[in-house]
Amino acid sequence: MARADVKVKAIEVDRLRCKGCGICIEFCPREVLEADEEGKPNVVAIEKCTACRLCELRCPDFAIWLRGADDE
Amino acid sequence: MSGLVEEYFRQDQLPTIWCPGCGHGIVLAALVRAMDQVRVPRDRTVVVSGIGCSSRASGYLDFDTLHTTHGRAIAFATGVKLANPELTVIVITGDGDVAAIGGNHLIHAARRNIDLTVVCFDNNIYGMTSGQYSPITPQGDLASTAPYGNIDRPFDLCGLVREAGATYVARATTFHHNLLTEYIARGLRKKGFAFIDALSQCPTYYGRRNRRGSAAEMMRWFRDNAVTVRKAERMEPAELEGKIVIGEIYNGEAREYTELCGDIIRRAQGGEGR
Repeated sequence: MARADVKVKAIEVDRLRCKGCGICIEFCPREVLEADEEGKPNVVAIEKCTACRLCELRCPDFAIWLRGADDE
Repeated sequence: MSGLVEEYFRQDQLPTIWCPGCGHGIVLAALVRAMDQVRVPRDRTVVVSGIGCSSRASGYLDFDTLHTTHGRAIAFATGVKLANPELTVIVITGDGDVAAIGGNHLIHAARRNIDLTVVCFDNNIYGMTSGQYSPITPQGDLASTAPYGNIDRPFDLCGLVREAGATYVARATTFHHNLLTEYIARGLRKKGFAFIDALSQCPTYYGRRNRRGSAAEMMRWFRDNAVTVRKAERMEPAELEGKIVIGEIYNGEAREYTELCGDIIRRAQGGEGR
């Protein structure tokens, strides 16, 4: 699923939809995300992102997605 | 997902009412991905739901939707499908809704093999009313109505529906979201009664009381305790204790109910007897 050749331009977070459950942060295999004071994800290491999309696929609030991988 | 949200959701209804970490959003996303894969016809699809946390999902979808009474989603859906068999009819329900108060509708719709796709958002608790045990709550677990532990044995919902006559039966979890999407898509393609048991975490009313940790920990529990149907076949009942069986449990064929009903209508209109 992970594609090392794919350059991810950005990970976008809709902070109104996000409830800070932490699922995206916990399941990211590369520690790309870090919790802010509300538990919502900050993108801290976009260069490590392999575009596996686990954050996007497991987000219960449709609040995080990748841009640039294969532009949805 | 952002594209799918724009295309299929009533965005003014977001964020959802679900608790932080509730698995129902993951199941709903899997359903929408499956609907997108199958290209369900936008104006010829009806989404019917019952009552409970799960059943709020219909309100987020920008389709013709019907939020019905407790346990009766399948009954309403049966009416919709019989009135217009050309429609794709999807039922969103929960374990309390479909296995308890709606249990009879479930088994008889399966027996008839009517062409519905039923997705059960199964968190094994009544979340909306603060955590009463459901027919799926495991034995020994705590609930607001079982403060000393639940003594009831849970249903194997997939086994029940299969034995009742459904032609597509599958189970996956919020951890196994890709499988979940695949099974829902196959259920949508199946001409017959399709039932997908989507195991979902309730971190608030089930998880807290039973010390299951965070939503992510509950999803890891799904990962660590899921056994595929094939593997389960080679396991002893004692080994399967406390495990969850995921996979395609049944995929068969039988005449579909609205087709049979259409035959009867044509025969009667033609004045033929038996």
